[in-house]
Amino acid sequence: MSLTGPEDLSRAPIGIARLPVRELFGTALAGLATRRLRAFLSALGIAIGIGAMVAVVGVSASAQANLLAEIDALGTNLLTVTPGQTFLGNNEVLPAASVPMIAHMQHVDSDVAIYQVSVADVYRTPLVPAAQTGGIGVDAAGENLPQVLGTSTASGHFLDAIADRYPEAVLGAQAAQGLQIDQVGGHVLVYLGRTWFTVVGILEPALLDSTLDSEVFISLPVAERIFQVRPHPSEIYLRASLNEVKGVSSLLPPTTDPQHPDGVQVSRPSDALEARAAAKGQFTTLLLGLGAVALLVGAIGIANIMVISVLERRSEIGLRRALGATRRHISVQFLTESAILAAIGGLAGLLLGAGATEVYALTRHEPFVVPLYALIAAPAAGFAIGTLAGLYPALKAARLSPTEALRV
Amino acid sequence: MTSPATALVLSDVVKEYPGGVAALRGVSVGIGRSEQVAVVGPSGSGKTTMLTIMGTLERPTSGVVHVGDRNLAAVSDAELAGLRAHEIGFVFQAFHLQEAMTAVDNVALGMLYTGESLKRRRAAASAALERVGLGHRLDFRPQQLSGGERQRVAIARAIAKRPKIILADEPTGNLDSTSGGDVVSLLHRLAADGATLGLITHDESIASGFPRRLQMRDGEIVADERA
Repeated sequence: MSLTGPEDLSRAPIGIARLPVRELFGTALAGLATRRLRAFLSALGIAIGIGAMVAVVGVSASAQANLLAEIDALGTNLLTVTPGQTFLGNNEVLPAASVPMIAHMQHVDSDVAIYQVSVADVYRTPLVPAAQTGGIGVDAAGENLPQVLGTSTASGHFLDAIADRYPEAVLGAQAAQGLQIDQVGGHVLVYLGRTWFTVVGILEPALLDSTLDSEVFISLPVAERIFQVRPHPSEIYLRASLNEVKGVSSLLPPTTDPQHPDGVQVSRPSDALEARAAAKGQFTTLLLGLGAVALLVGAIGIANIMVISVLERRSEIGLRRALGATRRHISVQFLTESAILAAIGGLAGLLLGAGATEVYALTRHEPFVVPLYALIAAPAAGFAIGTLAGLYPALKAARLSPTEALRV
Repeated sequence: MTSPATALVLSDVVKEYPGGVAALRGVSVGIGRSEQVAVVGPSGSGKTTMLTIMGTLERPTSGVVHVGDRNLAAVSDAELAGLRAHEIGFVFQAFHLQEAMTAVDNVALGMLYTGESLKRRRAAASAALERVGLGHRLDFRPQQLSGGERQRVAIARAIAKRPKIILADEPTGNLDSTSGGDVVSLLHRLAADGATLGLITHDESIASGFPRRLQMRDGEIVADERA
């Protein structure tokens, strides 16, 4: 036996088994690099799941952004005044004087009134049975209706001075469809309240108030003359100055009907449309669920690949234990491998989803929008789920007895 | 029994595996510092089990193991790993080299859990490969090396961290007699620097080259011969 020298360390503390983080990543990357195709395929599983979810969110967000942009382009300063109901539940009537009163209000840029012609229905010919109105209503309207509503005629022109004297009609987009009239070229007539009216124009869809699409418009003088319509407006549209919309809207009821301001309803159509756009923008739960299923399958793929990897690499695990790895080192190594796969899959999924959204937006000429939360949540979710999937194989690897593993 | 001169002491060590199989039935042996010991015996006699218990890869069912003056019963699993990382080098019959790594990286892997930087581990690995005579094979992968060369890479991996104890389990089992002889003389030479060497073999000619031989049978040491 040899003598012990001064360098004898038998009483010295035991050196710690350490695995610096940099070495851990190097080890994990090397472990993946030897199985590139499998690593790629299992990361692809996560990427497809995350990609599907990002695309669902992105496409709905883009569609919503597009709708909001359209609403903004039409203007959010449109207000409508309609008669409400009395205390006893009867319909209020707006005074005839309300139209000039509103026109004279400060900060009201333009306005137009509509008068319901309830006694008349519209048919293509008198041969159509009276009950088949097609749900088309008749209104008398001022000349500037398209301007105030931010729409225009798809064919022909709107009511003008001539229409004040002769029976001329303009069709809303849906009404035109119902009557099967797609252009006004030539001499197109409709049978309106037992009188033949010449169709002089067809309107584009009125996005701000789509109820007008199923209406047929005639001039107020003609309506008064032929159908004895009394000049009580059924609806008044007006444009307020952009920064005065709230003020104007609060002054409208007393201006419209000073005696019964409670019987006047004021609304802002763009509000309702924006709410509807927001609801429409909500990604459908079903699609998101499908994305989640894809993600789950991806996670199972990672778990599967790691379980196989642990089985295949038993001798490596045994060797590492012999070289001084603790159980924790082994589990952390395998967990890091699946975390790297998951992170790569998550980021690739984000790109995939964003790319799909971009293609969708380009083909639909819509703005490209991927919400910020998706940018962060998507890779994070992929990372978390993939790492979770690697947990069981990692613990399995750590539990392997080193001597048994070395026997392979 | 735990004088500073002893590197390893097993006192009445019993190792039973689930099912009641007793691989060791009360083994007591002390191995001194820098001592070179061959363990011989038929297969199933408990040689490998004794080596894994000496190497702290397993704990005994009963009995006491000292490495240096440390009673391993009082040492945590993480500390045992630390002991293996810094003080014990293993050589296996099956080499256990990583196919995807070059010789120098395989050797550097032997020091991974010491916490040394890759640069320093590579430097130590190159030096260790020089010592085993493979300085010209640093960037070769295992499949490009002969069996004897592979085992020398594995030996370099075991000695790169300058362990106090080298444990070799049938290191010549997969080699022809010439390269087997080379490997054993290499181990003798390296251990002469001051490390304790424990080597399992069933080859009498190899065992006869050791100053001390432990004969095992049925989980017991039946003979402790010194030259």
